[in-house]
Amino acid sequence: MNYDLLIIGAGGAGLSAAIEAMQRGAKVLMVCKTLPTRSQTVMAQGGINAVLHESGDSVESHIEDTLKASGGLADEESVRVLCKEAPSNIEWLERLGVPFSRIDGAKTPLESIAQRRLGGASAPRACYAQDYTGLKIVHTLYDKASSMGVEIRTRLFALSLIHDEEGVCAGALFLDIESGELKEIRASATIVASGGFSSIYHGYTTNAYGSSADMHSAILEAGGYLSNMEMIQFHPTALEGSAILISESARGEGGYLIDERGERFTNELAPRDEVSRAIFSKIERGGRVFLDIRHLGREKLEHLMPQELHLCRLHAGIDPVEELVPVSPAAHYSMGGIECDRQLRVSGLYNCYAAGECANAHLHGANRLGGNSLLEIVVFARMAAVNALESDKRVCRDTGETLHKAKAELERILGSEGEECDIYAMRREAGRILFEDAGIHRDAKGLEKAMEKISAMRERLSQAVSSDKSARFNTYLIDFMQLRSSLMAAEAMLVSALAREESRGAHYRSDFPYERQEWCRDTLCRLCEGEVVVS
Amino acid sequence: MKLEIMRFDGKRVERYEEFEVGRVATLLEAFYRIKEFEDPTFTFEAECRSGICGACAVRVNGKERLACSHTPMENDRIEPLEYHEVQRDMLVRREDSFEKLTKAGAYLHRYERSVPDTKEERKTEIQSDCILCESCYSACPVLAIDGSFLGPFALSRAYRYAADSREGAKEEIVASVQNSGVWDCTLCGECTAVCPQGIDPKGDILALRTLSLQSGYSDPNFATLSFSTPDFSF
Ligand SMILES: Cc1cc2nc3c(=O)[nH]c(=O)nc-3n(C[C@H](O)[C@H](O)[C@H](O)COP(=O)(O)OP(=O)(O)OC[C@H]3O[C@@H](n4cnc5c(N)ncnc54)[C@H](O)[C@@H]3O)c2cc1C
Ligand code: SF4
Ligand code: SF4
Ligand code: FES
Repeated sequence: MNYDLLIIGAGGAGLSAAIEAMQRGAKVLMVCKTLPTRSQTVMAQGGINAVLHESGDSVESHIEDTLKASGGLADEESVRVLCKEAPSNIEWLERLGVPFSRIDGAKTPLESIAQRRLGGASAPRACYAQDYTGLKIVHTLYDKASSMGVEIRTRLFALSLIHDEEGVCAGALFLDIESGELKEIRASATIVASGGFSSIYHGYTTNAYGSSADMHSAILEAGGYLSNMEMIQFHPTALEGSAILISESARGEGGYLIDERGERFTNELAPRDEVSRAIFSKIERGGRVFLDIRHLGREKLEHLMPQELHLCRLHAGIDPVEELVPVSPAAHYSMGGIECDRQLRVSGLYNCYAAGECANAHLHGANRLGGNSLLEIVVFARMAAVNALESDKRVCRDTGETLHKAKAELERILGSEGEECDIYAMRREAGRILFEDAGIHRDAKGLEKAMEKISAMRERLSQAVSSDKSARFNTYLIDFMQLRSSLMAAEAMLVSALAREESRGAHYRSDFPYERQEWCRDTLCRLCEGEVVVS
Repeated sequence: MKLEIMRFDGKRVERYEEFEVGRVATLLEAFYRIKEFEDPTFTFEAECRSGICGACAVRVNGKERLACSHTPMENDRIEPLEYHEVQRDMLVRREDSFEKLTKAGAYLHRYERSVPDTKEERKTEIQSDCILCESCYSACPVLAIDGSFLGPFALSRAYRYAADSREGAKEEIVASVQNSGVWDCTLCGECTAVCPQGIDPKGDILALRTLSLQSGYSDPNFATLSFSTPDFSF
């Protein structure tokens, strides 16, 4: 069976691409390692940006805000496309049935959509659905995609891309979690929509467990490029310990950040990266930081952030109405990722596209604006689908090498000739190392130290065998594979962070605490004889 | 803290195993402790750890709970969801029950221009909070005897679209919920009692019944009970 389009990932990006392709009559298959409604997109609460009316806001300001946040690294032309296409894409969602929050007295469907102001925006332009924006978008898209008969295959874990020596792609190779078998799926074009990789900071991330960079490493292995891997956005206020997100609205409404002595130490409303750095400086010196929202009062808090009050009580045993909430910054969003051009073609490969958080489509540069990523996963995923279907295809002359290699590797991992290693201890350790030495404050010494440790782990894991040998529903094996990819992506992130000898946006080097003109460009990574190299 | 957990290896062996998990804030934390420190083969699902992805629903002492939002108690007995094929330990097959969403007509069929306001928003706000955790499905007694019943979440979601002012083909949704649908529910309210999102599928089913009656459908049970040919043979 040969599909016109294979989509790897079924979050907001995968679903948008699938519906678009289906509406164009293509034979499409969408695959994910869990179920579409488990994708990380459901966690997004804040909103999706679009200028819906020109009173008090304009598409030009949306473009300007986005470019300003990006620290000079975004591509203006791509940003223009994103912001210009935003209203028509909100209309697309509206017509599919997304239950947005509303305002009274509007004249047109679009004008009826409620909007709020997020950090860095010069006007309230984030459309929302209460505190469930991502959830309601994904579920509506899922309902629609299912009803249209989009073929969705769940619990297939993508291992690698099928490709030939020239980098021409012909689909992907999957591990069927249900049976333990390897499955080749061939397609004329492939869209990678596999989400971000912030979970390499395990234990220090707001992301879902599955944001583990599987496809980032698959792209490297196939000969493709990653870019700006060092650009990781840290959210300033995650719950200490569990790293669950406490949204910006807490500070927006007048919440304070205080240290152990009860003193305020920063402007709570400054951009995310600045606030994160201020908090981390305290933590680095052994201190703790708290969010104080007690003065806002029970009624307001219950109305403003009911979900978060519940999560604080549950995970930290704390009632924010009466107590201080201990917070810490946590890895939240990956601006960099799979390098692609304006057509969203993956650099270094043919017949292969990337969309959503996994991609670096040059929209966010060194810093992402809240509300722009949900926008990207709709606008650019649909665009990727159109381009993938309409472009000329190259013929892939692969010799079955991908399957052959994967089979041998899987047999080795499920065999007994090797050391069983504690992958969970490694995952925790990797997360801690990256957070401490390659997190909010970075310097050459720390990054090199982290690199040494991560490389050693990667080496160890490459010899290790699985502690669970069963074929069916082997979630240990999946964790094993995810750790492997995470470590490779971590290396890419580290070499990129080392190379960028300056500070820009989310990337802060304490040994180069200033912007440098010669670095107003992207870092590019690829694999060279098993090593990640950067240029 | 000790927990008693049902184990199933995907073939036949079903047994309960005790685990000492120490102090944990949530049941999900206990699951991770077991997998990371005790038994790497222990199998469960979780993504968001914040009650929004619906992956981690299980039964605790017979009641459906999200593992990531449940604070466990000494000797809690943990089992996978009911009325699903158990694949391994807590992992159950979800695909068949999810397919009932389309069968129940739970999607926007034909967009009709409408300018919704806050009142419109509230009509479908709660129903669209659903995270597809399937707690309600596992609690529904009808599914114990009739696997073809569309079940609470699919019907609640069908109502969510039928009540949407943008839906231009409400009658198609109403038609989709007639067979193995709204009339097969016993209105016991078990679904409503377990929903972690405060959704009331039972109420939505009642609302769908009203829409059905308005569209000229009638309760088939009622028809066989009262309007069947009178028996004068005695
Ligand atoms: C807590 C939180 C709040 C946020 N709030 C906002 C907000 O308010 N506004 C905003 O604009 N952005 C927000 N973001 C960011 C935004 O949610 C994400 O960038 C966006 O949802 C990513 O969507 P995606 O479709 O690219 O990826 P995802 O939703 O992560 O989906 C990835 C898909 O790929 C699949 N996949 C991954 N690897 C494999 C593999 N190896 N094999 C098979 N399938 C695979 C997964 O199963 C999944 O289906 C938030 C993020 C977080 C974590
Ligand atoms: S009210 Fe109806 S749908 Fe809900 S549990 Fe009872 S029988 Fe099932
Ligand atoms: S209605 Fe409630 S219990 Fe049922 S699937 Fe949805 S969220 Fe879960
Ligand atoms: S892990 Fe997502 S709902 Fe529990």
